[in-house]
Amino acid sequence: MASMIETRNLTKRFGLITAVDDVTLSVEAGEVLGFLGPNGAGKSTAMKMVTGFLEPTSGSASVCGHEVLDDPVAVKRALGYLPEGAPTYGDMTPLSYLGFVAQIRGFDGAEKRKRIDAVVEKVALEEVLRQPIETLSKGFKRRVGLAQAMLHDPPVLIMDEPTDGLDPNQKRHVRALIREMAKNKAIVISTHILEEVDAVCTRAVIIARGKIRADGRPDVLRAQAANHNSVLITASQKDAETIRRKIANLPDVKAAEIIGTVDGISKLRISPKRAKSIATDVADLVRSAALPVQEIFVEQGSLDDVFWDMTMGHSGGGASHA
Amino acid sequence: MRNIFIIAKRELGTYFGTPLAYVFIVIFLALTGALTFYLGGFLYNGEADLHVFFVYHPWVYLLLVPAVAMRLWAEERKTGTIENLMTLPVSTYEAVLGKYLAAWVFCGIALALTFPIWITVNILGDPDNGVIIASYLGSFLMAGAFLAIGSCMSALTKNQVIAFVIAATACFLFTMSGLDLVLNFFRGWAPDWFVDAVASLSFLTHFNAVTQGLIEARDLVFFISLIAFWLFANVVVVDLKRAS
Repeated sequence: MASMIETRNLTKRFGLITAVDDVTLSVEAGEVLGFLGPNGAGKSTAMKMVTGFLEPTSGSASVCGHEVLDDPVAVKRALGYLPEGAPTYGDMTPLSYLGFVAQIRGFDGAEKRKRIDAVVEKVALEEVLRQPIETLSKGFKRRVGLAQAMLHDPPVLIMDEPTDGLDPNQKRHVRALIREMAKNKAIVISTHILEEVDAVCTRAVIIARGKIRADGRPDVLRAQAANHNSVLITASQKDAETIRRKIANLPDVKAAEIIGTVDGISKLRISPKRAKSIATDVADLVRSAALPVQEIFVEQGSLDDVFWDMTMGHSGGGASHA
Repeated sequence: MRNIFIIAKRELGTYFGTPLAYVFIVIFLALTGALTFYLGGFLYNGEADLHVFFVYHPWVYLLLVPAVAMRLWAEERKTGTIENLMTLPVSTYEAVLGKYLAAWVFCGIALALTFPIWITVNILGDPDNGVIIASYLGSFLMAGAFLAIGSCMSALTKNQVIAFVIAATACFLFTMSGLDLVLNFFRGWAPDWFVDAVASLSFLTHFNAVTQGLIEARDLVFFISLIAFWLFANVVVVDLKRAS
C-alpha cells in the first residue's frame, strides 16, 4: 500500500536560494511526524508543496496515492491543512467561516451542522462562535484554524506550528487533540519547540538549510546527543578530585571532569566511550570503593543538543557521539 | 460550478459584513447623482432620456471599480488566507470566477440602486425605456470589464495600493484608447491596422454605441471577450504565483 504522504526528491528554489533541497520522505497512517528545524530551514516551504499551494522546482509529492501535480483537487480533498499563523477571514465569525469550509468540502444541511458541531466541540469554540474572528484572542484564532483543518476528518493532516502562540494550557489541549487523532491518520506538524516532539510525535525529522539531517524516533535521536548516557555525580568539593581520578580509570569511561562547584558541592560529569551505558559500572565502583558520593544520575541527552549539532552544520548523522 | 457559487456567496457576505459595501454604494450614488444633475444639467436640458446619467459612468467606474477589485486577491495574499482558499478542494478558475462574480454582482447591486432616476425620468417625460435598459446593460458590462482588469492586477501583488494604481491606469488606457491621447502615442511608428486595433479597444466607443440604444453583437462580444481574456489572465497569474 502506498504511504499516506510521499515526497520524492522534493526541491524548491527561490532565485539562488534553495529552500528545500532534495527531500524524500514517506509518512504512514498512525504516524505523527514532527518536522523540526530552525526558522527558515524550509519546513513551511516543504509543507506548502505537499499541500499543492506551492509548486516544486523539481521532484514530486503525493497524498493518499494522488499526485499533487496531476490531481491537486483530490489531494486537497484528502488533506487538512493549518497554514503558519492560522490565517482566517477576520471579518467572518467562526460559525460562518466553518460553514463556508463545510460547503466547499461538500457538506450540506444536517451533515454540515453535524460536522461543525463535532469540530466546534473538539476544539472548544462554542463561546465565540458568533464573534468576528478578528476580535478573538490568538488562542481562539488558532483553534478556528484547527477546526477548519479537521472539519472533514481528513486522513492526512498537515499543521504548521499548531501550538505557536498558545498558552501552556492551550498547548496541552492541542497536543492531546493531536494524539487523539493520531491513531488512524498521518499527521505532520512543524515546530521548533522540542518538548512538543516528546509530547506528541512518534517520529522526528530534523531539517536544516533545506536538507534532512536526521530522521528517527525521538528517543533514538536523543541517544545521539553528545552527553547521552553520561553520568552526573555530586560530591563535596574536598572529595571531588579523588572520586574523579578513580572513576576516570574505569575501562568504558572516556572522560571524567568536574563541571562546577557551588557552595562546596561539586558536580562531575563522566562521559562514556561510544555512548555505552556506564551507570552500573560507576555505581559498583562507588559502592565497592565506598566513595563519598551524594547523588548519581544518568543523563538522557536532550533533543536540544541533537538539534544544535544537526542544525549548526558542524556535524551530520551519527558523528555527534564521538 | 457549485464551488463558484459558494465562494461568491462568502465573498459577497464579506462586502456587506464590512463598511465597504455601504461606503461604496453611497459614494457611487452620490457621484452619479451629482454628475448627472450638476455637470449634466439633467433637469434643464429638456430631454426625457438618461444620456447625461450614463455618460459619466465610465469616469465614476474608473475611480470606484479598481477600489472594489484591488482587495480581491491582494488582501488574501497579504493576510495569508489565500493559503486556506487554495488548499481547499477548489480549482484556480473556480476561485477566480467566484471572487469575480461576487464583485460583479456587488457592482450590479450598486447600479440597480440608481433606479430612482429611471422612475424620475418616466414621471417627468416619456423616455425610450428600451434605450435605458440597453444603457444599463452596457454600463453593467463595462463595470464587469473594469473589474476583470482590476481582479487580474490584484492577483499580481499583495499591496492593495499598487493593485489600485495599476488597475486604474490600465482601465484609463482602455477607456481612452479611442482618443488621440492614446492613439498619438502609436501613430507614426505603428502600422495603421495596429492603431485601428487599439482604437477599437476603446471602452468609450463601445459604451457610447450601447447607450445610443444600439445593442449590437460586436459591442456585447467586445465586453464579454475582454472579461474572458482578463479572467483567463487572472487564472494564469494566480497559478504562476504558486510556482514562484
